[in-house]
Formats: sequence, C-alpha cells, structure tokens
Amino acid sequence: MPIFDQLTQYLFSGLATGAIYALIGLGFAIIYNATGIINFAQGEFVMLGGMFTLSLLGGAGLPLGGAVPVAIILTTVVGMVFERLAIRPLKSATPLSLVIITIGGSILIRGIAMLGWDKDTHSLPGFSGDEPIEMFGASLMPQHLWIFVVTIFVIGCSKLFFNYTVSGKAMRACSYNSRAASLIGIDVRRMVLFSFIISSAMGSLAGIIIAPLTMTAYDVGIMLGLKGFCAAIIGGMSSGFGTVLGGLLLGILESLGAGLISSGYKDAIAFVILLLILFIRPQGLFKKAETERV
Amino acid sequence: MRVRSILGMLAAVLVTILAGGAEAFAAEPIKIGGLFAITGPASFLGEPERNTAQMVVDEINAAGGVKGRKLQLIAYDTQGDSTKAKQLVNKLIKNDKVVAIIGPSTTGDTMAVIGDVERAEIPLISCAAGSKITEPVKKWVFKTAQNDGLAVAKIFDYLNRKKIAKVAILTVSDGFGSSGREQLKANAAKFGIQIVVDDTYNPKDTDMTPQLTKIRSSQAQAIICWGTNPGPAVVARNVKQLGIKLPVFMSHGVSSKKFIELAGDAAEGIILPSGRVIVSDVLPHQDKQKKSLMAFVKDYQKHYKVEGDHFGGHAWDAIMLLKGAIERGGDTPAAIRDALEKTTNFPGIGGVFNFSRTDHAGLTKDAFVLVEVKKRDWSLVRQAGIE
Repeated sequence: MPIFDQLTQYLFSGLATGAIYALIGLGFAIIYNATGIINFAQGEFVMLGGMFTLSLLGGAGLPLGGAVPVAIILTTVVGMVFERLAIRPLKSATPLSLVIITIGGSILIRGIAMLGWDKDTHSLPGFSGDEPIEMFGASLMPQHLWIFVVTIFVIGCSKLFFNYTVSGKAMRACSYNSRAASLIGIDVRRMVLFSFIISSAMGSLAGIIIAPLTMTAYDVGIMLGLKGFCAAIIGGMSSGFGTVLGGLLLGILESLGAGLISSGYKDAIAFVILLLILFIRPQGLFKKAETERV
Repeated sequence: MRVRSILGMLAAVLVTILAGGAEAFAAEPIKIGGLFAITGPASFLGEPERNTAQMVVDEINAAGGVKGRKLQLIAYDTQGDSTKAKQLVNKLIKNDKVVAIIGPSTTGDTMAVIGDVERAEIPLISCAAGSKITEPVKKWVFKTAQNDGLAVAKIFDYLNRKKIAKVAILTVSDGFGSSGREQLKANAAKFGIQIVVDDTYNPKDTDMTPQLTKIRSSQAQAIICWGTNPGPAVVARNVKQLGIKLPVFMSHGVSSKKFIELAGDAAEGIILPSGRVIVSDVLPHQDKQKKSLMAFVKDYQKHYKVEGDHFGGHAWDAIMLLKGAIERGGDTPAAIRDALEKTTNFPGIGGVFNFSRTDHAGLTKDAFVLVEVKKRDWSLVRQAGIE
C-alpha cells in the first residue's frame, strides 16, 4: 500500500476525530465567553447526549429522528438545572471556585449516570448504515460524513447567532464586560443561562453523532471533555473558527502521531500541545494578544 | 436520665442474649474471607465474583454445610485499589479471623496482599489472571483464573496449523494488555512466529484506524488484538471500515456476548481463546467440565437474571476447591493449604485443576477452547488433533 494512501487515511481519520473535538470545544468556548468560567462538566453533556439517545431508542422505542431531538432537549434541561443549582446561587464567587464547582458537578453527573444506567459500554446503530465508503484512497464510515455535516452546520449556526442576532450580540457583550453589559440593560444572568443551554445542546449533539462510531458509556465524557478543552485552548477560547481549527489540528496531529510515530503517545501529543500553547501562546494560536483596555 | 440508662441496659442485655443465643444454636461457622473489586473500574470482575461466591456458599449451607458446619462468607470491596486490598486483607486476618481467603479480583490487588497472607499463613485463592501470582510458587497462594500465557499458546498453536508466521499485535496500554503483550512476545519464538508490527492503543481510544492502516501496509498475515471491552470492538469495526481481509484474533478478555453486541457485524469471523462457559451448551457430552458448567450457568441465571460468566466462574472454582480441601483436610489454614495443593482432576468452570507443589495455577492450555463469532453467536472452532 503506497505511503500516499496511508497519509490520506491518517488525514481523514484525524479530521473526523478533530471535528468531534471541535464541536465539544465550541461548547467550552461559548460558556467561557459568556461567564468567564471553564465548564468542566461539558464532557458530561456529551455523554448524556449519547446515553439518552440510547435509552430512547432502546427503552422507549422511539425512531432515531425522534430520539435525537428528545435526547438533546433532556440534556439541555440538565444543563439548565446545573446552571440554576450550581452556578447561579454563587453570586460573587471567583472564577476559580466556579471552575471547581463544575468539576464537582461533572463527577456528580457521571455518578448519577453510572447508577441510573450501568457501567457497560453500549453501541448505537449508524445513522445511515455501517458500510464503509471509499474516498481518495481512504475508507470512511457514513457516520463520518454525518459528523462533518453536523459540525459545519453547527458552526455556521453559531456564527450567525453570535454576529447577527440580538441575543448573540448581547452574549458577546457580556463576555467583554458583564458590568457594562448589565448597565445598558442586558440581563447578564439570563445570558449565562442561555450559554449553558446552547453549550449543553451542542455537547449532547456531539455525543449523539459520535456514539455510533465510538460507542458510549457513563464515563466517556472525561477524555472527550479534556480533548475538547484542548481544542478550545488551541483556538484561544474563541467561539468561532479558532476552536474549530484547534480541534481539527489536534485530531490530525493525534492520528499522524499514532500512525507514523507510536500510538502510545497519542494522548501525550494532545496534552503536550496544550501545555506548549498555555506556556507560549496563552491567547491561542489564531488570536492576536488581547490588550487590556484602560 | 434514669429512663435512658435503664433502656440502655435493657438493650445491652438483649444484644447479649441474641448474640449468645445464635451461637448456642449451631456449631460456629467456618469463616471464609472474600476480597472483590465490587465497585470501581474492575467491577465487571468483582461483582459477578461476589455474587457467585455468595450464591455457592448459601447453597452449600442449605445442603447442610461442610462436615456439618456452615460456611460464612465475609466479603469486602477492594474497589480495585491495592491500598484498600492491603488494609482489608489485614482486617480479614486479624479481626475476622478467617481460615482462608478467596480473591482479590485483579492481579494488582493480589500482588499487594500476597506478603500479608504469606506472613499470616492463610491460604489465598486469587481470582486474577496474572501469571506472576503463582510464578514463582508461593506457599500459601493459589489461583483459579487461567494464565494469559495459555491463551497466547492456544492462538499460536492455531496459527501454526494454518501456517501463518507473521502477525501484527495491537494491545491495550493497561495491565491486561501489557501482560498479554509480554506473553505474546515471549512465546512467539517458541512457535516460530514473527511479530512484524507491535502497536498499542489507550483504553479510552475511540479510533484505531491509524494503527490498523500501519498494519495494513505491513507484511502481517494476521492481527492479534489484546484488550477488554470496548477497545477490541472499536478495532473490529475499524478493521471492517478499512476493508482489511486478514484474520483477526482477540484475547479471552472479550469472551462475552457484550463484545458481539458492541462490534455488531464487524465481529463476524473473529476467533478468540475462551473459557468454556460461553459455549457450555454446545460442548460435547464427554467434556469433563460440562456438568459443572451447566450447573453454574443455570444457577447464576436463576439468581441474578443474567448468564453466568467466566469471572463468576473463577469464584465458583475458588469456593468449590476450598470446600473440597476442607472436606479432605480439615478447617485450619494449614490443613486447608495442604489439601488444596493435593487437589487433582477437579473439573471446575475455568478448566480441570491439578495443583501440585510446583504448580499453584493448576491449568493447561486445554482450559481454553477456540471460539469463532458466527451469526452473532459463539461457535467452537474444531481442530483436528485437539478436540
């Protein structure tokens, strides 16, 4: 098999994984931009999306087209409850303690999921079958195409939302300066709730579309969450293309690293990149350094 | 104030009567300790083990106990944490004063408690697979789970018959996978097999296409993957995705229906060494283990509504070996140990056990059979000269 075909396979595998990281990373970025906190429970929303879909398909017997939206709604409700009970009551908490609360929340959600469902891994059927597709010498699953399409769609929507709607602009305003935003009449607390709604919906969507490929279990959120966080950091916590590029870059590097060097270093690659970026370019690869305006 | 103190005294008297009363009615039970990873990452081992141990002990007691004395199982949860295992083994030895211990569930936990049971001179029957537990032989330590090396030998033996000499191995980077990798590499030369690709994946990895792409472009004639769910299911799916036509072998770590469920159609044609539990109903009648297997599987199904598996089988074997040893030897730790070591030809769940002074694992590679996934179910691979 020629090296070229090998490389295309690595590239496509990397892009597919990277698209997932990007979707999860966007969830991190949206909450960060609205609230200034890093929501480490984001990975759990991803897990909930997959697990709810599984239960709705299997237990409730819904068709896929019905199970997916219901699963997203259920996860969103969890996201809202989480914001109401864990984030909102703490009025003047420092970002650090809020971050710790989200970590605690993620452990709680994971624990409840373990008790409510079980400790097993489960698989979901592919949305459009399980027959591989040949593309430029690489093989992909139909589900990969779903991932690409959904990722592009979600990114497009979020771009439109943040740039062209009042709510989107208001959320951006909160991220720049929440005090000033509240002075011009924006309900900051509602925007925070909004950011949780959007990112939990996005996270669950990511969890649903990847479950047929990667399978799902109560603890898949940990690693996926961390990888999504890496993507967001590489992208400088932007809720736009920066994070998407960060996710894709991470996916491709992992796949190339596993294929050409050694798969033992796969996770190490992600975290070395994360550390390097935090040391050298904390503002992310694609962002100009932020200047403190006085 | 006075009322409370009177109540307190009354309670104390009641407790004394009840405790003393219970003891007076029956001969004191024989206390057996159990250490299982009931929760935590290894709970898939510990839970069925604890369930099985309790089920078997209850049944032995219902049938009149051992030599007229009841058995009492005192089981603790190690959570798969070797520090906890070490604390709990001391609790079993010093507070509960057990005469023998079964478990722990994992190799790590077992290695952590070996020093303590050797010092206290209490026989231990581990339910973990690692070959280092009984190699070198420790005086007080036995085990019931099959060694990884036996599974490797079973696969290599098959490859020899099929004249396959070059293989790629893909192992998970945890205890189970690295032990398998060691055994694969150590045994390869003996069977004249060359490992042309030696790659790994992480337990939580969700895409193994890079590794498999590398394998596809190598000289390998077969792929051997060593891991526990869900990794191998991802490998099976990725093999199908990439259209790789090489024969795929897995380890006994995935010999449960769960693997077929997760891998779906991609599991078709995969061959793996496995204990006999999953194929108990299709075993030939002359198979020595058939009777024990059928009894265990049905019994477990009745009690816990799911099919009995290998892991529960390890605990079944441990308790039954112990029962036999107490019947033949006595109920002191030393007598149990000596009788255990003399156990021969015991048809259990994991295999036919033959312990001796030089072998505390007691099984040969015939403890495994090769099974192939056909139509989403297990079928026995029949080989001329083996069956």
